Formats: sequence, structure tokens, C-alpha cells
Amino acid sequence: MTSIKIKNLNAYYGEKQVLKEINLDIGEKRVTAIIGPSGCGKSTLLRCINRMNDFIDIFRAEGEIDIDDKDIMQMDPVLLRKQVGMVFQKPNPFPKTIFENVAWGPKIHGTKDKSTLNKIVNNSLKQAALWDEVKGRLKDNALGLSGGQQQRLCIARALAVSPEVILLDEPCSALDPVSTAKIEDLIVALKKHYTIVIVTHNMQQAARVSDNTAFLLNGDLIEYSDTDTLFETPKDKRTEDYITGRFG
Amino acid sequence: MGRLKDAVIEKILLACALISILTMIGIVATLLFETINFFSEVSIASFLFDTKWTPLFKPAHYGILPLINGTLIITIGAAAVALPLGILTAIFLSEYASPKFRQVAKPVLEILAGVPTVVYGYFALTFITPLLRKAYPETNIFNAASASIVVGILILPMVASLSEDAIRAVPRSIREGAYALGATPFEVSTKVAVPAALSGILASFILALSRAIGETMAVTIAAGMMPRLTLNPLEGVQTMTAYIVQVSLGDTPRGTIGYQSIFAVAMVLFIMTLGMNIASQLIRQKYREAYV
Repeated sequence: MTSIKIKNLNAYYGEKQVLKEINLDIGEKRVTAIIGPSGCGKSTLLRCINRMNDFIDIFRAEGEIDIDDKDIMQMDPVLLRKQVGMVFQKPNPFPKTIFENVAWGPKIHGTKDKSTLNKIVNNSLKQAALWDEVKGRLKDNALGLSGGQQQRLCIARALAVSPEVILLDEPCSALDPVSTAKIEDLIVALKKHYTIVIVTHNMQQAARVSDNTAFLLNGDLIEYSDTDTLFETPKDKRTEDYITGRFG
Repeated sequence: MGRLKDAVIEKILLACALISILTMIGIVATLLFETINFFSEVSIASFLFDTKWTPLFKPAHYGILPLINGTLIITIGAAAVALPLGILTAIFLSEYASPKFRQVAKPVLEILAGVPTVVYGYFALTFITPLLRKAYPETNIFNAASASIVVGILILPMVASLSEDAIRAVPRSIREGAYALGATPFEVSTKVAVPAALSGILASFILALSRAIGETMAVTIAAGMMPRLTLNPLEGVQTMTAYIVQVSLGDTPRGTIGYQSIFAVAMVLFIMTLGMNIASQLIRQKYREAYV
């Protein structure tokens, strides 16, 4: 039961309002895509869900985001982020070994037993479809992997702390088409176990991987429906203009 | 015309660059020349292994061990003060302090580095030593502990400032990755940022230590002029630099063995600090490749 309910969310950078009265229900074990042109606030919205915006001094948010009926604005962000994992635009593995990258999260959350850690690392790498490529070299530095492999390692690292929600912030924007296809397959496979929210500037990608799509423009949620409906019969003129490539 | 001007400017700049290189060569040549003279009278074995250093009295002994001992005891003591404090300061400044606080704190820290070292010497002698003597009445007026503490304070800004630079150079994206896994700021700094910056931090340690080895005024004032082969920090010791000061200020005539001995000591000092600077360079190069 991990649905996310965003209620009357307003967000500001200093004086500038970047999200306006967002209301959005994100279903559990589904892939929800957030699309929109650059600067529309889609990354900001995603980062509200695990409160990564807290690190920006001038950022301020009002409203409510409930995960399992608990308002995350009132939660300890450290506990929240254990429950809500995130994968970033650019792969950002730690400058450590492949094993250490995946084991890092479980370790800081108190798992010390070597065999338990081994099991977690194995499972996470398998779930991230990376195991076969790295199983012989877990002790190698993660920075020796290709960009696509690094990004799947970051997904494995996020899975290792057994989150319920995974946020993906344009996870393929720095990757080649083959790596992108692998990550997209992975996203579809992962929704069996996780609630996934993906921000993407690539509309084909949203159409391929997501069940629901939200279209954001200048901080307003313009349209939100199941993906097929949004792409085939958009209700709003602005959505239609965007997905047919008239702007953006 | 323009081309001629360019050529002249180039020559002038080259001359400027050559000045520092030639100075360096001159210094090394002087050291080498007098050192060779020194070793024509004193065997290298007795220089390295004799346990007494009394070149100015009879019977003369030329064992540098007491001086190296004095230098090392103060350097190690200074490291014990400066390294933990410096790294903790760096972690605080890079991870916890608000930008406003850092803007004030960093310059203040660097002012500490600008205080003349003779002032540190008197600070040790008139403030730290009396405190030590209250705690340990057997403490000598001139002692290694007081000098260690003050040299530690003196190199602290260097460790803190350079380590802070190294920690802050760790990309923000790597920190975000750690925060997104539910890490606390302390875990992010000690388990991701500091390890990633480790070679930069080590380089700062080595640079600070070579500064401690070469420190002169403060240790001469605080630790005294008595070459002793001792591990007791409450006794006075003489460092290599303090010995050089003693002979330079005294009436030891040029060309005598006593005069030449300061060059031999300076040579040892030079080799030690050069070695440490090279080590720091090597570590820095490695650090450049740590995250790309």
C-alpha cells in the first residue's frame, strides 16, 4: 500500500513560484511519468517527494504530500528517504567498489552481517539487471563501469535499502540508446514491486514505460490521466500542442 | 614593432622565472659545498649514529640524532594537535556551517596563519608553559610539549583550510546520492565526502608536517637550545632549525667545523622537507583521478 497523494502543493525558489496548487494521486505499483518542457517544475515536483529540495536554502514548499496517509512534510527526512529511493539524471556512483556502492545504504541503516550484505548486494544487482555483467568484479571501482552500467548500479544501490517508492529523475538523459532501452525494460520490470515516478523530457519514453502521465507547464499541472489517453486523446489544447511537438 | 615588443616581454618574463630557479640552484649548491667540507672531517657514520651533538664544545660529538629526535618529537606532537582538530574543523566548515559562517570563519582561520611565528613562541613560553607547569610541576621552562602545542596551533589553519577545499571539491551529485539513501549529514561527510577527498586531505597533512619540521622561531623560543636524546616531552630539546639559529647568531668563525655543521644539518632538513613535498605532490596527482 504505497500510494502518494499530493495535495495543494505550492513551491517557491525565493520569490519565484515554481509549483502551483498541484493535486496528484500516484497509484501504487504503477509507473507514473511527469513530462513537460524544461523549467516547468517537473524535477522540483519529484524532489518534493523525498524532500531533496530541503538542501536548497531559498526553497520553500506549502501543502501536503501523503505517503501511506502520513504527511512527509512532518516526517524525519532521513527516514523518508530510506522509504523513497532516488536515481539521478547523471549516474553518481560513489568512488568506491561496486560492492561497496550497493552495500553502503544497508550498512548505514545498521546491517553489519557479512552474509546478509552479500545477499542484499546479489539480489539488488540481479534486480537491476547488472549482476551478469559485474559478478566477477565486485571489488573493482564503480567508476570503471560504462555510463549505462553506472546508472543501473545506482538503481541497484537504491533498491538495496528496500524502498517502497523509486523516483527517477531523467535517468536516461546521459545514456546511449542501447543503455536507455535496458533501463526502460528494467523500469517496467520493477513496477511489480515498487511504486515508480519518472521525470522525463522524452515523450516516447513516457509512452513506453508509464501507466499514468502528468503534464506540467510553468508550474501548473495541466493534465493527468492514464498514459494512452493522454497521448491519444488529450483533453487540453496545451497538452496536445506539447505532445505533437508544437513547442517544448 | 609589435613583434619586437612581444619578444622583449617574453625575455623579461623568462628572466623573472629564471631568478627563482637560479636562487634554488644557488641554495642547493651552497648547502652541498659546505656539507662536503663538513664530511671531509666528520664521518657519515658518526654523523648518523653518534648519540651526542656537541660540535661547539670539547670533546666534540657530531651525532645528529638528538636534533632529529627534537624535530620529530615536536612534529609528532604538533601533528597530534593539528590533524584531528584540522580535519574536524574542515568537516564542520564544509558540511555543517552556513555559507555566512564559513565566509567569516575561513578568513579568521587564515589570519591565524599570518601571525608571526615569534609571537607564537612567546605565547608558548609565557602562556602554555606556565599552564603545563601547573599540571606537571616537573616541566622544564623550555620543553617540547609546549612547542608541540604551539606548532600544532600554527599549522592547524593549513590543515583545516586545505582539507576543507578537498572535501568541498567532492561533487555535490555524490553527496546527493548518499542523502537519497537516507544518510545523515554526519554519515555523508564521514563515509562519502571524507573518503573521496582522502588523498587531498593526506596531501594537506604532509604539507603541514613539512611546515612543522621547518618551523624555527617558535620552537627555538619554546623548546630551548639543549640537544637531548629523550622522549619526555616535558624536557627541553633542540631542533635542527634551532641549532642553525644558535650557530648563526653566535660567534662561530667561518670555515670552522662548527660553522660547516649547520650546512650539514640544513641539508638533512632540506632532504626531509623536499621528500615530504614530493610525497604530497604524488598524492595530489592520484587525487585528481579519484572521481571523474
